[in-house]
Amino acid sequence: MAVLTRDDVAHVAHLARLGLTDDELTRLEGQLNHILEQYAKLAELDTGAIAPTAQTIELENILRDDIVTPSLPVEAALANAAAREGDFIVVPAIIGGD
Amino acid sequence: MTDPTRLHAHELAALLRAGDLSAHQATQAALDAARAGNRALNAWLTIDDARALAEADAADDRLAAARAAGPAALAALHPLLGVPIALKDLVSVKGGQCTAGSRILEGYLAPYDAHITERLRSVGAVIVGKTNMDEFAMGSSTEHSAYGPTANPWDLGRVPGGSSGGSAAAVAAFHVPLAIGTDTGGSIRQPAALTGVVGLKPTYGRVSRYGIVAFASSLDQIGPFARDARDAGALLHAVAGRDARDSTSAPIPVPDELLQLPVSDDQAAAGLRGKRLGLPREYFVAGMEPASEARIRAAVAALEAAGAIVEDVSLPHTDYGLATYYIVAPAEASANLARYDGIRYGPASRDGDVLANYLATRGRGFGAEVKRRIMLGTYALSAGYYDAFYVKAQKVRTLIKADFDAVWAAGFDAIVAPTSPGVAFPLGAKLDDPVAMYLNDACTLPVNMAGLPGVSIPCGLADGLPVGLQLIGAAWSEAPLLALARGYEALTADADWRALEPTDLAASLDPDAPTPAERAAAAAAAA
Repeated sequence: MAVLTRDDVAHVAHLARLGLTDDELTRLEGQLNHILEQYAKLAELDTGAIAPTAQTIELENILRDDIVTPSLPVEAALANAAAREGDFIVVPAIIGGD
Repeated sequence: MTDPTRLHAHELAALLRAGDLSAHQATQAALDAARAGNRALNAWLTIDDARALAEADAADDRLAAARAAGPAALAALHPLLGVPIALKDLVSVKGGQCTAGSRILEGYLAPYDAHITERLRSVGAVIVGKTNMDEFAMGSSTEHSAYGPTANPWDLGRVPGGSSGGSAAAVAAFHVPLAIGTDTGGSIRQPAALTGVVGLKPTYGRVSRYGIVAFASSLDQIGPFARDARDAGALLHAVAGRDARDSTSAPIPVPDELLQLPVSDDQAAAGLRGKRLGLPREYFVAGMEPASEARIRAAVAALEAAGAIVEDVSLPHTDYGLATYYIVAPAEASANLARYDGIRYGPASRDGDVLANYLATRGRGFGAEVKRRIMLGTYALSAGYYDAFYVKAQKVRTLIKADFDAVWAAGFDAIVAPTSPGVAFPLGAKLDDPVAMYLNDACTLPVNMAGLPGVSIPCGLADGLPVGLQLIGAAWSEAPLLALARGYEALTADADWRALEPTDLAASLDPDAPTPAERAAAAAAAA
């Protein structure tokens, strides 16, 4: 199974939007590789003909009527936001342009 | 007057109905006990006196009205009316904190009640507060809480297990007779075993997850901690059932048998006769502590002596459970925890651009174990590795589930096994090696992978620390499973270990006791 390099760890951290310190990167490199070694065991099993199990409840297509029902009031929905303006949450700009 | 905190929930209910004790008194006793023990135990993150006493007073009004209306009205009251209860701090209570043991939800106040909170309110249970837990339910010791570890009332230098360690400790230390936890890989059953209480993980889909902070959505289940099987059945009955807001909550009726477990010991023990119990050889894992194994085997022998038929079975894919779980659960967690970006809730870094803010908010807000699991999950789902890891794990999950299905097809009523490979370990003992920590769940996580119900019940002490016996059933069999548990309780009703209270209970009341974090730091310094 693959062995993670420090660059791999940094790449995965970036994908997961986790800001890691150098110490954390070093520690995680060792720990993650140790955990990955445990996964090698799964290669012992021939699962070519086995269907994957995503969930055990065996329910499908739980639908409801497409009608508007009461939801959280706006005040409640925005109450925990760091910054708001009117009925909106203020976020940093993601589209450039001055 | 009996100390109300020592009563089991059903005993408390009887006194409340008779008017011999008020819900206000019972709740005040719970609040006092919780506060008195919290420095040494750190079981509670929030103790909400005002809300709890208001709920208790409302329960007293309902009790008084029923007493005035007559015996039929009293009999119709829910068994949990007026009973104090603790909720793991990932259950939403409107207007209250819901940290999930994490800094990234510090200050967040839930704007709505979880489904189970609504259910508990409607039956009149009294929510005393929220309990400590491993961050985002990721852990087996409660040492990964951002708010300090919780200690075990049996030995304040040891862990209570996790991730629901606070709920387990609160029941074990007689703060409350009932608590709610969640179990994704063992997080109710394992702490129940380590603290000497009953802990049940229901069938996946039995209890709505609406309003519960999600860890791994195909594995998470909500369940009760209690002092006996009857109480566990009552709490499960109160919160179970279909909820349209959780599309994975099953349209299976909640059996009233959960409220009808045998009252008499003779009747309960008689229910064991002829029951076919499978003993899976793979669950006596390498490295299992001999004293714990001896207690489990003694419990099995007692069941046989009572007329149960115990046979060896094999669950051949048990050994693959750890690797499978530690791919599936982190993968699902990496998706569920993507929402913690500081935009809609929680402390946020807002100094930089969007990316810098996300990196800082999440880097600072998540603890080490959570980061580990998000990384594992992200990697397992990433392009090039998705088939080798995630799909492979899902296929092995099919094999693990099939192992159990074969046992039910062979006509067994339940599986009997250890819950944990050992007793409560010292604070700090397993923090340096994540895999050593993960091995604590070797006997519990296959049950989550298969979506089945499992319960841990106390079966004695090993070296003075509690050992749990695990009973695993077919899907939706919580009532017969708890009946078996009740039967074992009846067999051992006079066992000397049942009369023992947690060894460090008195020490936990010392107002100058070190906190668990201080103990852990001292142990680390001494090492």
